Amino acid sequence: MQRNVSNTIHNDSISEVTVTERRKSLWKRITRNWELYLLIAPAFLYFLIFHYGPMYGIQIAFKNFLPARGIADSPWVGFTHFKRFFESYYFWDLLWNTLSISLYELAVGFPLPILLALAFNEIKNGFFKRTVQTVTYAPHFISVVVMAGIIITFLSPSTGIIIKFIEWAGFSAPSLLTDPAWFKTMYVLSGVWQSTGWGTIIYLAALSAVDPQLHEAAIMDGASRFRRIISINIPTIIPTITILLILSIGSILGVGFEKILLLQNALNMSSSDVIDTFVYRTGLINVQYSFSTAVGLFNSAINAVLLITVNQIARRTTEHSLW
Amino acid sequence: MAAVIKESKTDRLFLICNYLYVAIAFVLVLYPVVYILSASISTPSYVNSGEMWLLPKGITFEGYMRVFENSKIWVGYGNTILYTVVGTLINLLVTLPAAYALSRKDFVGRGFFMGMFLVTMFFSGGLIPTYLIVKQLGLVNSMWALILPGAASVWNIIVARTFFQSTIPIELQEAAHMDGCTNLRLFLKIVVPLSTPIIAVMALFYGVGHWNSYFNALVYLNDQSKYPLQMVLRQILVLQEMSTSAQGAATSGEAAMAMNAKADMAALLKYAVIIVATLPIIAVYPFVQRYFVQGVMIGSVKG
Repeated sequence: MQRNVSNTIHNDSISEVTVTERRKSLWKRITRNWELYLLIAPAFLYFLIFHYGPMYGIQIAFKNFLPARGIADSPWVGFTHFKRFFESYYFWDLLWNTLSISLYELAVGFPLPILLALAFNEIKNGFFKRTVQTVTYAPHFISVVVMAGIIITFLSPSTGIIIKFIEWAGFSAPSLLTDPAWFKTMYVLSGVWQSTGWGTIIYLAALSAVDPQLHEAAIMDGASRFRRIISINIPTIIPTITILLILSIGSILGVGFEKILLLQNALNMSSSDVIDTFVYRTGLINVQYSFSTAVGLFNSAINAVLLITVNQIARRTTEHSLW
Repeated sequence: MAAVIKESKTDRLFLICNYLYVAIAFVLVLYPVVYILSASISTPSYVNSGEMWLLPKGITFEGYMRVFENSKIWVGYGNTILYTVVGTLINLLVTLPAAYALSRKDFVGRGFFMGMFLVTMFFSGGLIPTYLIVKQLGLVNSMWALILPGAASVWNIIVARTFFQSTIPIELQEAAHMDGCTNLRLFLKIVVPLSTPIIAVMALFYGVGHWNSYFNALVYLNDQSKYPLQMVLRQILVLQEMSTSAQGAATSGEAAMAMNAKADMAALLKYAVIIVATLPIIAVYPFVQRYFVQGVMIGSVKG
C-alpha cells in the first residue's frame, strides 16, 4: 500500500528518476521473494530440459541426423523427409486411419458421458447412486495393458466370452481381433466401457451449479422432468461441453496410441496403423530418427492448427472458448 | 388437479426409463469385472467352453498359484512399487513448490513461468527428440528414464495452484512475513500442512499414472529384470496370446491337444494376473474416490 503511494508520487516528478526508482522497486520485489525462484527452479529445469530440449531437437526433421555428429552439426536437407512421407503409398492410409478412429471415438464417446451425467443427475442421492457411480468410475483406473489383455481375451476366437455371446445369439462371430473391418469398432467400444463413467464427473460438477429456483419455477409452470432437462440442465452445461469439445478436436490426430500399439497385429494392420504407431515403428524400431521426427512434427503441427481454428470458431459463434 | 396427475405420470414414466438406462449402464460396466473375477477361480475348461459365464464353476485357485510361483511377476511387482514410490515423491517435490510459487500474486515472473509451462500442453517435441534427450543424459535402461521425463504435469500444477490460491488466505502470508517468516519456512510450515487434501489428490493422480504406465519402459528399458509389472503383463496378456493362437492354427492332432491344455492354463493365468495387477488400485480406489473427484473438479474450475 505504502509502496504504491510513493510510486505515484514519484510518477509526478522527473521521468528519469521514476524509471530508476521503478527499476529499484522491481529489483526489490524480485529479491524479497528470491526463495520463490528456488521453489519453482525444479519445475523450470524440468520443462526446460524435457520439453524445450526436445523442441530444439525438432530441427532434425529438416536434417539428416547423424548420431556421431550430433543434432546441431548434422547436415540440413530441407523438406526431404516431409516430401517422402507425403508421397509415400501409406500416407493416405495412415491419415485416414488416424482421422477415422478419432472421429469415430468422438462421435460415440463424446455424447455418452453427457447423457449418463444427465441421467445420474435425476437420481436421488443414496446407496444406488453411490454404487453405480463407484462402479462406473472404476474402469478408468485399469491400465492400458490390462485393458488390451481383457479385449484380447474376451474376443479370442475360440474361447472369448463375447464371441460366445454372439454365437449363443445365433450369429456366426466375425474374427473381431484380426479383421480390419472390426478393429476401429472394438477400439472405440472398449474406450466407451472404460471412460464413460469417469467422463460424467466434470458434467456432474457443472450440473451441481444449476440454480434450484429455476427448477421450482419450472415445476410451478407445469414443466415435466424431461422438459426441465432440455430447458434448464442442458443449457447450464453447454459451456463445459463446448470447452471439452474444443479440447478433443484439438487432439484429433492424437489417438490413444498406447492401446492401439498393444492391439495391433499383422492381420489388422491395414486399419490399425495410425500416425503415432508409425512414428514409433520407424523411429525406434527401424531407427530412422529424422524421418520419424518429421512425421511426428506433421502430426503435432496439425493438432496445434486444429486447436487454434476450432477455438476461433467457438469464440466467434458462442461466447465460450479456451482463450 | 387432473393436469397435475397427468404430469406426474409422464414424469414417472420418464424416471422409470432413466433408472433403466442407468441400470443397464451399471450392468454393462460391472459384467466384465465379475466375469474376470469368476474366471480367475474357475476350472479353465468351463471358462473356455463358455459354460462359466457369470458365477465361478469348478472352483480352483491354480491360476493364482501359477501367478505366485512366477518370479517374473514378483520382480515386476517390486519394480513397479519402487518406481511408483520414488516417481510420485519426485512428482510432488517438483509440482507443489512450483504450484505454490505460481499461486503468489507478488511473484515477479509468474506470467512468464506459467506461459512457459502452458506451451508444452499444446506443443511437444515428439517421441524421437525426447528419446534423444533421455539418451544424451545417459538415462536409458535406468529407472530415471521412467521417472524424470514425466516429473511434473502442467495440469496438476494448475490444479495445485488453484487450490493454494483459493484456500491459503493472503492475510496468513502477510502476517507470517510481518513476523519475519521466510517464504521457504512459510511454504514448509504453514502451506504444506494446510494442504493435505490436495497433496493426497496429487499423490494419487501421479501414483496411478506410474503404476499403470508401460510405454516409457517399452522405449527406455532393455533389461528384463528392470521391467515394471505392466511390461510383464504385456508379455503375458498381449504377446503370448498372439503366439499361441498363431501356433494353434498350424498344428493338428495330439500336438493340438497338448497345445490346448497349455492354452487353457495360460488363459487361467491371465485372469488371475489381471486381478492381481489391478487389485491394489481397485481396493484403494473406493476410499479415495472423493479425492479423485475433488481433483477433477478443482481442475475443471480453471480448465
